[in-house]
Amino acid sequence: MATSTGLHGKIIKSQFFAFVRKEFAHVLRDRKTLLILFGLPIVQILIFGFALTNEVKNAKIIVIDYAKDVASRKIINKIRASKYFEIEGQAIRYEEIESAFKKGTIKIAVVFPANFSEDLSHPGSAQVQLIADASDPNTANALINYATAIIRDYEVEQNKILNVPLRIIPESRMLYNPQLKGAPNFVPGVMALVLMLVCVMMTAVSIVKEKESGTMEVLLVSPFKPILVILSKAIPYLLLSLINVTIIILLSVFVLDLPVNGSLFLLFAESTLFIITCLALGILISVKTASQQVAMLISLMGMLLPTLLFSGFMFPIENMPWPLQAFSNIIPSKWYYIIVKSIMIKGLGFSAIWKETLILFGITIFFLVVSLKSFKTRLE
Amino acid sequence: MQKEFRQIFRNKSIVVMIAFMPIVQLIILPLAADYEVKNINIATVDHDHSTYSQKLISKISGSKYFNLAGYNQRYSDAMELIELDKADLILEIPAGFEKNLVRENQQKLFIAVNAINGVKANLGAAYLSNIIRNFNDDIRLQWMQPSKSNDISTIDIVSSNWYNPLLNYKVFMVPGILGILVTMVGGFLSALNIVKEKEVGTIEQINVTPVKKHHFILGKLIPFWILGNVVFSIGLVVSWLVYGIVVSGSLLVLYSFVSLYMFAVLGLGLLVSTFCETQQQAMFIMFFLMTIFILMGGLFTSIESMPQWAQVVTWFNPLGYLIKVMRMVILKGSGFADIKIQLLIIAAFAIVLNTLAVLNYKKTN
Amino acid sequence: MQDPVIKAHNLTKRFGDFVAADSLSFEVGKGEIFGFLGANGAGKTTAMRMLCGLSRPSSGSATVAGFDVYNQTESIKKNIGYMSQKFSLYEDLTVLENIRFFGGIYGLTNKKIKTKSEELIEQLDLQNGVKKLVSDLPLGWKQKLAFSVAVIHEPEIVFLDEPTGGVDPLTRRQFWNLIYEAAHKEMTVFVTTHYMDEAEYCNRVSIMVDGKIEALGSPGYLKKKYGVESMDEVFYDLARGATRAND
Repeated sequence: MATSTGLHGKIIKSQFFAFVRKEFAHVLRDRKTLLILFGLPIVQILIFGFALTNEVKNAKIIVIDYAKDVASRKIINKIRASKYFEIEGQAIRYEEIESAFKKGTIKIAVVFPANFSEDLSHPGSAQVQLIADASDPNTANALINYATAIIRDYEVEQNKILNVPLRIIPESRMLYNPQLKGAPNFVPGVMALVLMLVCVMMTAVSIVKEKESGTMEVLLVSPFKPILVILSKAIPYLLLSLINVTIIILLSVFVLDLPVNGSLFLLFAESTLFIITCLALGILISVKTASQQVAMLISLMGMLLPTLLFSGFMFPIENMPWPLQAFSNIIPSKWYYIIVKSIMIKGLGFSAIWKETLILFGITIFFLVVSLKSFKTRLE
Repeated sequence: MQKEFRQIFRNKSIVVMIAFMPIVQLIILPLAADYEVKNINIATVDHDHSTYSQKLISKISGSKYFNLAGYNQRYSDAMELIELDKADLILEIPAGFEKNLVRENQQKLFIAVNAINGVKANLGAAYLSNIIRNFNDDIRLQWMQPSKSNDISTIDIVSSNWYNPLLNYKVFMVPGILGILVTMVGGFLSALNIVKEKEVGTIEQINVTPVKKHHFILGKLIPFWILGNVVFSIGLVVSWLVYGIVVSGSLLVLYSFVSLYMFAVLGLGLLVSTFCETQQQAMFIMFFLMTIFILMGGLFTSIESMPQWAQVVTWFNPLGYLIKVMRMVILKGSGFADIKIQLLIIAAFAIVLNTLAVLNYKKTN
Repeated sequence: MQDPVIKAHNLTKRFGDFVAADSLSFEVGKGEIFGFLGANGAGKTTAMRMLCGLSRPSSGSATVAGFDVYNQTESIKKNIGYMSQKFSLYEDLTVLENIRFFGGIYGLTNKKIKTKSEELIEQLDLQNGVKKLVSDLPLGWKQKLAFSVAVIHEPEIVFLDEPTGGVDPLTRRQFWNLIYEAAHKEMTVFVTTHYMDEAEYCNRVSIMVDGKIEALGSPGYLKKKYGVESMDEVFYDLARGATRAND
């Protein structure tokens, strides 16, 4: 009896290896897809890491200086020196601002009225006008803030001689990301996105492809257990995904200077959990759909879009209306994103993320059970 | 051409996509994509327990930007709130703050910001500094005789936000999303459609008929061109009905640009389709390109802030021009004269992409 | 009949109100080539799927290779081969990879797979094509390869579901030679088809109309019974009464 189960196990093992090997052959043969599979995370990391900064800088500003006196010139020099602004030129008439806005050549304008210096020293107060192109509200807001800070700075310098009493000096410290780079926010998001793409879409498509071409039927008639079909489909994508995670982490450490502050082992363990969630989702989609096109559309619409929208890395969840906020809780990528951020950036241990892990685990179990169950019933 | 239309409308997934995309993208995305920094959670650590510290904290929690997430005794407790993402900012008031302020005329406050999200951190810190400055002015006024304050010269800053005085983020997002929509319909669907014919083998069927190549290509492109314009119009109506966004420029300018742009993306779709054998590949390549286009198109982050090399990359991104022009015409009412450079560039895109596609198409067949 | 390997008794499959296969009863003997004929939609594929353990019968009983179709499907699967109408090979894999894979999932040892694949390649004259992708093979080769792969584990019974669709007559002839060879080795062949000339190659045929078996016997017997010259005519006589629309 013992030998027969041993033999049985051996056969299952060799069946399994044959299947896994075949899956790898599929994946490796489609060079274009493979290229994109590995190219996408690399390009995204580079774009997010270097090209995209939420920081506003080098904003084009136009100056209308009716005063042309000491104070106005000093403030203009300060603006010129700031990294936030780039002076596009001087204008004479007010209408020039509007036409420049319409051409999109400037983002903000500053207007000094005549007798600026005089007003400042004589009645002790003078007016400056800031006009921002608020068709981009965040930039407008930030630019007005920066310009205000520059002018206030000048104000303080002027008043220093007078020694203002009761000064409160706020001292700010930026935690985790002192240079205010975009990468710490984006890298965990890209990880969630890429894993979603690889696992859900690729798994779903590869299973549906077997259905479409009729090979699934042949597999089901063979003594190969259906559960093993699923399992051996999942393994190559699990591996590919882990390679992708590794690439992303290597890039972020060596190219973006964004070290993994927490435990690398924990990061990989949590990633594996999330990958299994995605694989279960992919299997579920493949069970429910009959054509590759539909599988792709559902993966894109149903999985990638919510990941982009609700994981919190591109769009702030706390600003959403409550139905969307509530909805975001059932998106697994949201929890994965929080976990990765905690481990990678904040350097926290398991004790800080056990709750998120538990939720993710629950979601995973749920999808795994549902997808395996529907896979079995489909055989009927 | 009739055949194309029939096929498009028979294919349920495409119809669903056409109906679904504008709705999801135009209604959910702007709701979700609210980047306005508000609801900042602040944790305070008050070592002073004085009237001033209480006043400052109540002033902060009274502002529309901040929610008080915790009133802590120890810094480590506040730090824990940050780790759990329950707080974005910590304000630490040192012991003896009130006493020392009066005695030494100067006192420090400590702010720690969770800076993983750079924008939020920056603006949050700026808002908080503003409130502290106001608070500072308040107590200064209490302490000083009115006559003395005349010695200080103040600059009165009047700021105005044109085109979007309420700083409504949706106004900013919607035109950009419309741009993405048009690109998806034009690029994605046309590429998928042609590759599908290739996969199924009907393309060979058509190649043996006396239909001329350019007729075939035109027959493929024109329905999608019309479809793109229809989707765009639906999008405009939706954004008017839902967000009250009215095109402030001329519709003629807008449609001319969009129509020209459609030719450019259709050319792109065609070009992609000549490279791909399967729908899966076409889908992946288009997805890849779209990701780059959207990220580098200035939808979320402004192009001016990018490093020089990245800005050079954006010159080759047609979507970037579309998003820019959409915002210019819809929000600012720019006319032909304002967008003529973009118009020329997109025309060049259309010519180059279509020529490449046709050349490549001939070669592969 | 001596030791029948397939026994079906009143085998029925319903999908809601629709009776796809209605009380099928027949037996197939060892080493027999059994033809399963019928118009499109007559219920051939449903019957075959029940026998392969892909689909659970609604009522009736059947055994395949001595195993029950209700609760011994796993054992059935070990003892049968199956080839579907689509030839079901992996188009993006090479010939050798396909052989290796199918050998693998049927639990053949590596050594066995190696000798088997050499044997197959020689038998099919594919020496120059082993490294070729299946998608580059002509249809006829694909079909022959699909058959060889379906019997790679030397099963007791092989089920062929319309294996010759879209193939030229010469290749069909060669294909039937493969079937004869298999039957010669005592393998039972259960084949569905709607080519009536192929029906003549079978030892016995059954003809299904509207989910029921309307005729069963050797081609010679059936022709005599209906007093006609060819299987074609037998089929037309029976199919004329069909009420189900051809799909």
